[in-house]
Amino acid sequence: MPCQAGDLTLKIGNLFFNEPLEKNGPRRNIRKATMDNDRIDRIIDKHRGEASSLIQILLEIQSENRWLPRKTLERIGEKLGVPLTRILHIASFYKAFSLVPKGRHEVHICMGTACHVRGATRVLDTAQERMGIKPGETDLDLTFSLETVNCLGCCALGPVMEVDGRTHGKITPGEAEDVLKKLQVG
Amino acid sequence: MSRIHSPVELEEFRKSILAERDPNKPCITLCSGSACHATGSKDVAESLVQELEKQGLTSEVDIRRTGCHGYCERGPIIVIHPEEICYFQIEPGDVPEIIDQTIKEKKIIERLLYSDPVTNEKITHESEIPFYKNQERLVFGSNGCIDPKSIDDYLAIGGYGALSKSLFEMTPVDVLEEVKKSKLRGRGGGGFPAGRKWEGSRNAPEKTKYVIVNADEGDPGAYMDRALLEGNPHSILEGLVIGAYAIGAQEGYIYVRQEYPLAVENVTLAIKQAETLGLLGKNILGSGFDFNVIVHQGAGAFVCGESTALMTALEGRVGEPRPKYIRSNIKGLWEKPSVLNNVETWANVPLIINKGADWFTQLGTEGSKGTKIFSLVGKIANTGLVEAPMGMTLKDIIFKIGGGIPGGKKFKAVQTGGPSGGCIPENLLDLKVGFDELSQAGSMMGSGGMIVMDEDTCMVDVAKYFIGFLTDESCGKCVPCREGLRQMHRILDNITCGKGKESDIALLEQLSETAIEASLCALGKSAPNPFLSTLRYFRDEYEAHIKEKRCPALSCKNLISYYIDPDKCKACMICAKQCPAAAIDGGKKKIHIIDPDKCTNCGTCFDVCPSRFGAVTKISGEPVPPPIPEKDRIIIRKSKEK
Repeated sequence: MPCQAGDLTLKIGNLFFNEPLEKNGPRRNIRKATMDNDRIDRIIDKHRGEASSLIQILLEIQSENRWLPRKTLERIGEKLGVPLTRILHIASFYKAFSLVPKGRHEVHICMGTACHVRGATRVLDTAQERMGIKPGETDLDLTFSLETVNCLGCCALGPVMEVDGRTHGKITPGEAEDVLKKLQVG
Repeated sequence: MSRIHSPVELEEFRKSILAERDPNKPCITLCSGSACHATGSKDVAESLVQELEKQGLTSEVDIRRTGCHGYCERGPIIVIHPEEICYFQIEPGDVPEIIDQTIKEKKIIERLLYSDPVTNEKITHESEIPFYKNQERLVFGSNGCIDPKSIDDYLAIGGYGALSKSLFEMTPVDVLEEVKKSKLRGRGGGGFPAGRKWEGSRNAPEKTKYVIVNADEGDPGAYMDRALLEGNPHSILEGLVIGAYAIGAQEGYIYVRQEYPLAVENVTLAIKQAETLGLLGKNILGSGFDFNVIVHQGAGAFVCGESTALMTALEGRVGEPRPKYIRSNIKGLWEKPSVLNNVETWANVPLIINKGADWFTQLGTEGSKGTKIFSLVGKIANTGLVEAPMGMTLKDIIFKIGGGIPGGKKFKAVQTGGPSGGCIPENLLDLKVGFDELSQAGSMMGSGGMIVMDEDTCMVDVAKYFIGFLTDESCGKCVPCREGLRQMHRILDNITCGKGKESDIALLEQLSETAIEASLCALGKSAPNPFLSTLRYFRDEYEAHIKEKRCPALSCKNLISYYIDPDKCKACMICAKQCPAAAIDGGKKKIHIIDPDKCTNCGTCFDVCPSRFGAVTKISGEPVPPPIPEKDRIIIRKSKEK
C-alpha cells in the first residue's frame, strides 16, 4: 500500500498540469476547463476581495470548474495580492481541491471505519484494478477519477461506493466491478 | 414574516403558529437524513405528494420532510402523526397503500411495521421499539418532528425560548454560571468543561471576542453532527447566540465541512430566517445585543477539527495547529478570545437554560453529565445514531439499543473515540460510558463514534487502518507525527502482509511513545492509541501474525488463501462465473478448484457460495491442501445412478 515517493512526484507533477493533454486518443465531453477572468473576478468580488476568504473562493471555483487550473490560480493571486506559493500551499493541502482535471465519472469509495470493517478494502482493490488508477488519480483518457472518502454518513449501507453522486450501498467487489464495467462501455 | 421586537411578541408569534396547527390533522413525517436519502427517501417523498394530489387530500394531510431519525438501518422511515405509527423501509410503491389504508381508513399495515427479530412481534409506535425505547433523546429527539427548513416548526416546539430567557431574565454571568453548574463537557472529543472555557474568554481583556461552532466532523464512521446540523440547525444557532451573550461576543462562525452540502444549505437558510425574525443580527429581540453568524466551509482536512488548526483555517490559511502556551479561549481566532465548541455541545445549551442545570446534572455519572449521541455502526444489527445517558453501559448500548451482532457472530471489540480512540474488548463491556471511564480503559469518548467489531475483524488490521488514516491526515508540521506515523504504518503493513519481525512490537511502542511526547496537537499525541489499545487487549493477535504468519480473524488478505472443500462443493458454477479473476476451474458436475496463481484473494467466491453448501473456506497459517486428482472431480449424482 505505501508508495510515498511515487505519490509525491505525482503530486508535484500535478502542480504544473495546466490543460488536459490533447494526445492519446479520443476525448469525449471534456470541458475546456479554464475559467474566464470575468467569472473568476465575480467570485472574488462576492467575497469582497478579502485574502481571508481565499479558501472560500477556491472552493467556489472548484465546485464550478471541478478543478483549479494554474492560470486561474495566478489570476486569484493577482487580484488578492497573495503569492502563488501560498495559494498552491492551500490548494495542495486541502482534499477538496484538485489541480488536475477530473474524469467524466467520479467514483468515491467510502473508507470510513464502518465500511472498512464491512470489507471496503476489497471493493477498493477491485475498483483500482478495474480502472487501473489509485485513489486521487484520474485515468489518462479522463474516464474515471477515483477518490476514497472517509465517511459518507450512510454507515448502515456499508460498504458504500458513490458514482457520479449516486450511492451504491452494501456493495460487493463483484457488483462494483459490474457498475464500473457498464460506465466504461457506455 | 416580520421582525420580532420583544419576548412578548415572540410568544405571541409562537401562539399564532400553534393556533394555525391542528394537532389532530394527519401529518406524515418522512426521514430525509443522509442514509435515508441514499435508500430513496426522495422518491418516496415525490410519490407521497403525487398520491395525495391524486386523491385530493393535499390540504387535509401534511407532509413533513425531517432530518435524521437515527434508525438508519431501516430507512426510509415514515411516522404518521398524531397516532405515531411508524413504518420502515418504505418504497415508493408502498405509498398508495399507506394513504388508502392508514390515512383514510385508519388501519395499520402490518408488513411495514417493526418486527422484533426474536419474537417476531409487530410494534406500531416509535416509542415502543427497543431501539428508541432504551434511548434518552434530549438533543436528538426533535429531529424527527421538525422540518429543518422551517423556523416555524422550531418555534412551535418552544424554540428560541431559551434565548429569550437568557437575554431578558438572566445576566451574562447568570448564563455562564448555569452552564458551569451543569458541568457540560465538550462533546467533540476533549471533554473540556464548557463553562470554564467560556469563563476564560469572558474574563479576557480584549473587547472583540468570537464564538465558533466546530462542525468539521471528520471521524470516519461518525455522523451525528451532520445529522444535527442537517436536521435541527436552529438548536445549534440558539445555543451559539446564548454562548455569545454569556461571553460577550458579537461575531460567530460555523465551520462546516463542504462534504456536507445539505448541512451548509440548511444552516445558511436557518441564519437567514433567524435574521429576518430579529433572532440574529442587530438588537436581538429588542435586547440591545448584536450578534452575527458567518458560515465557513471547510475544504477537507481532518486536522482542521483541532481547535487551533480550525482557527487558522478560518483565517484563510493552511490549517496547521498552533502551540497552546496561551489557550485559544484567550488568544484564538485573529489572536482574539475565541470559544470553540462542537455542534452537539452548542445544541445542549438551550436545554440547560430552559430546564436548568439541576435537571441536566440528574443524568449521567460523577464526571460526565447529560447525554451523548453515539454513531453506532459496524457489525451491529441496528446501525444508527443513538442518544444515551452518560453512565449507560457499553453492553446496554450495543445489545439493548443496537440489537447485538448480526448473523450469529461473536462480539469481539468496540472501537470508540474515532481514529484517536481505542478498542475495548468483551470483558470490559460493563464499562459505563463517560469521558473519564473510557479514558481509563485506554480509549476515549471522542466525538462519539462507536464501531462494533465481530470475530471476523482483525485487530492488527484495525490498528493499521487508523494509523494509515492519521498518516494521510497529519498536517506534516511535527516530525514524530509526520514521519513516526508513516513508519508505524509501514511496520503494521508488513505485519499484516506476513513480513513482521519479532522486534516490531517493541519498535512500534517506541515510536508511539515519541509521537505522544513530542507532537504539538492532539492528532499526533493520540495517534498511537489505536495501536496501543489493540496491543493491550489483543497482543495474541499481533503475535500470531508475526510468529505464525497467521491471521486469527481470517481477514488479512496476504495471510489467507481461499480453498474449495471438494467434499462440500456441489459444482454449481456460481463462484466460477462470478470470479473477477477467472481463477476458478470447474464445470457442471466437475468440482471446482481455485488456481492460486490467478487468485487475487478478493473473496467473491466466499461471499457467493450458497450458505447451504459452505464449500469455500479461508485458510491461514497452514498450507492449502493439494488439489484432488482430476479423476475424482466428476460428481456423479445419486439420482442419476438409480
